[in-house]
Amino acid sequence: MIAATFTQWSYLAAAALFILSLKWMSHPTTARRSVRAGEIGMALAIAGTLLLHEIVSYRWIVVGIVLGAIIGWPLGAYMPMTHVPQRTALSHAFGALAAAVVGTSEYYLHTVTLPPFTMAVLCVEVILGFLTFTGSLMAAGKLQEWLPSRPILYRGQHIVNLSLFAVAVALAAYLVRHPDRMELFPVMAGLSLLFGILLIIPIGGADMPTVISLLNSYAGLSASAMGFVLDNNLLIVAGALDGSSGFILSVIMCRAMNRSFTNVLFGGFGQVRLTAGAAERKSVRSATAEEAATLLEAASSVIIVPGYGMAVAQAQHKVRELYDALTRRGVDVKFAIHPVAGRMPGHMNVLLAEADIPYDRLVEMEEVNPEFPRADVALVIGANDVTNPAARHDPASPIHGMPILDVDKARTVMVIKRSMSPGFAGIDNELYYMDKTLMLFGDAKHFVGELVKEMTGARIGA
Amino acid sequence: MPSNLEGALFVFLLATFVGFEVIRRVSPLLHTPLMSLTNAISAISLVGSIAIAGAEKSSLSTVLGTLAVVCAMANVVGGFVITDRMLRMFRKREPGQ
Repeated sequence: MIAATFTQWSYLAAAALFILSLKWMSHPTTARRSVRAGEIGMALAIAGTLLLHEIVSYRWIVVGIVLGAIIGWPLGAYMPMTHVPQRTALSHAFGALAAAVVGTSEYYLHTVTLPPFTMAVLCVEVILGFLTFTGSLMAAGKLQEWLPSRPILYRGQHIVNLSLFAVAVALAAYLVRHPDRMELFPVMAGLSLLFGILLIIPIGGADMPTVISLLNSYAGLSASAMGFVLDNNLLIVAGALDGSSGFILSVIMCRAMNRSFTNVLFGGFGQVRLTAGAAERKSVRSATAEEAATLLEAASSVIIVPGYGMAVAQAQHKVRELYDALTRRGVDVKFAIHPVAGRMPGHMNVLLAEADIPYDRLVEMEEVNPEFPRADVALVIGANDVTNPAARHDPASPIHGMPILDVDKARTVMVIKRSMSPGFAGIDNELYYMDKTLMLFGDAKHFVGELVKEMTGARIGA
Repeated sequence: MPSNLEGALFVFLLATFVGFEVIRRVSPLLHTPLMSLTNAISAISLVGSIAIAGAEKSSLSTVLGTLAVVCAMANVVGGFVITDRMLRMFRKREPGQ
C-alpha cells in the first residue's frame, strides 16, 4: 500500500518536473537546469515503477535496462553534431517501437476483455507506433545517405499509400467491435509498418526538418495512447508534451518553407523543376580570396548566412576563425539563421555553437532581416534557396512566398559556392547575377580558410 | 485498463494545452535540444514497459516488454546525454576574450 502510494506520488512529481524541464528550455541560461529536472523526474518515475506489486521478477527488466543503456550511451555521448538529425530520427524509431510492442503485448494479454474505447486507443497506439518506427528508420537512412535522399515518385503512389492506410484503419475499426479476431491484428500491424516506409519514399532531403518534427509528434502521440491503454497518467502527460512539441515544430518548419502538411507529405518537392531556369546563361562576377578579404576588412558590419552546405563541408570551425579575425578588427559580425537551415529544426544553431560561436551572435530571420540594408557585406556560405529574392517577387517561382533572408539588400553580397549548380529545389538563384554580388568559387572550408589567411597574414605584414 | 476514461481524457487535454503554451516560448535557438529532450521525456514509456517485462504474464508479453525496455532505455540515456552535450555548447562570449 505504501509502495503503491509512493508510485503515484513519484509519477505526479515526475509530471511536474517534465513540465518545468520544458519551461526552462525557453532560454539558454536556464536550459542546463531543464536536463537535470528531466533526469530527476525520470529517475523518480523509474524508482516508483520498480516498486509496483505486479512485478514478479526483475531479471528481464535488468537485461532490458542494461542493453538499452549500452545502446543509448554512444548515441548520446559520441554522436557528432552533424549527425544529430539522423540520431533524432533513430530515437523516434525507438520510442515508437516501444509503444507499438507494448500495445501489441497488451492486446494479446487481454484480447477478449478489451472494451471498445481501450481497443480503439490501442489500435491508434499500434498503428502510429509501427508506422513511425519504419518511417523514422527510413528518414534516418535518407539523412545518413544510406538511402537516396532525393524524392522517389511513381505513378499512383498516393493512391497506393492512402489505400494501404485506409485498409489498416478499417481493420482497426473492425477489431474495435470484434477484438477476438486475432488473425487480423498482425495484418494491421504489418500494413502500418509498410505504410511508414512508403510514406517517406517520396519525401526529399530538403523536407527532412518538417518530416522529423512530424514523426516526433507521432511518436509522442503513440506514447500518450499507451498511457490510455495502461491507465497511466504520467505516460499520457509525457506523450502529450512530446506530441505537441513535434506538432509546433512541424508547423514552424512548414511556415518557414511556405508549404502545407499535405504539400510536404505528397509533394515530392525538389525533383520536378530541374530543367527550369537553366535556359538563359547570365554572367556572374567572381572574386578571389584576396579581393574578398579586403572588402570584408573594410566593412563595419558583416552578416554571415550559413546553410547546410557549410555543415557538409565541415567549415564551421574555419567560419569561427573568420568570425574571430573580423571581430578582432572591430567588425560587427552576426549570423543570420533561417528556420530551415540544416537538416532539423535549430540544427544550424547547434553546429555554430559547437564551433564556439557565442549564441547571442546567432540571429533569427525576423530579427535579422531589417539589418541587411545596413550591412556592408552579406557572406553566404552554403545556403541557396533561402536567399533567393525570387521567393519575394516572382509568382512563377516554385519557392514563391517562402520567407527568405533579405541578403540582396546588403551593400555587397558574397556567395561561397562550389559551382553554379542549383539548390535542393532545383531553382536558379537570381541573387548570383546581381551587380553587387561576388561569387567566391571553391570548397567552403578551403575558401574560408583562405580568407582567414589573407586577413591574419595582412595583419602581420602591417 | 482505464478505470476513469474521462479523467484520462482530461489529463491528455490539459497536458496538450500546457505543452503548446510552454513549447511556443522555447527559443528557436534551442529547437534541436528541445527535440532531443522531449524525446528523452517521452521515453517515460519505459515505466509501462518495465511493468510488462516484470509481470511475466506470458512469454510473448515478456519478450515484447523487454524489447520495449531496451528501446525506451536507449532513448532515456541517449536523449538526456546528447541534450546536455548540446546545451553545454551554447555559451555567451566571456568578457575579455
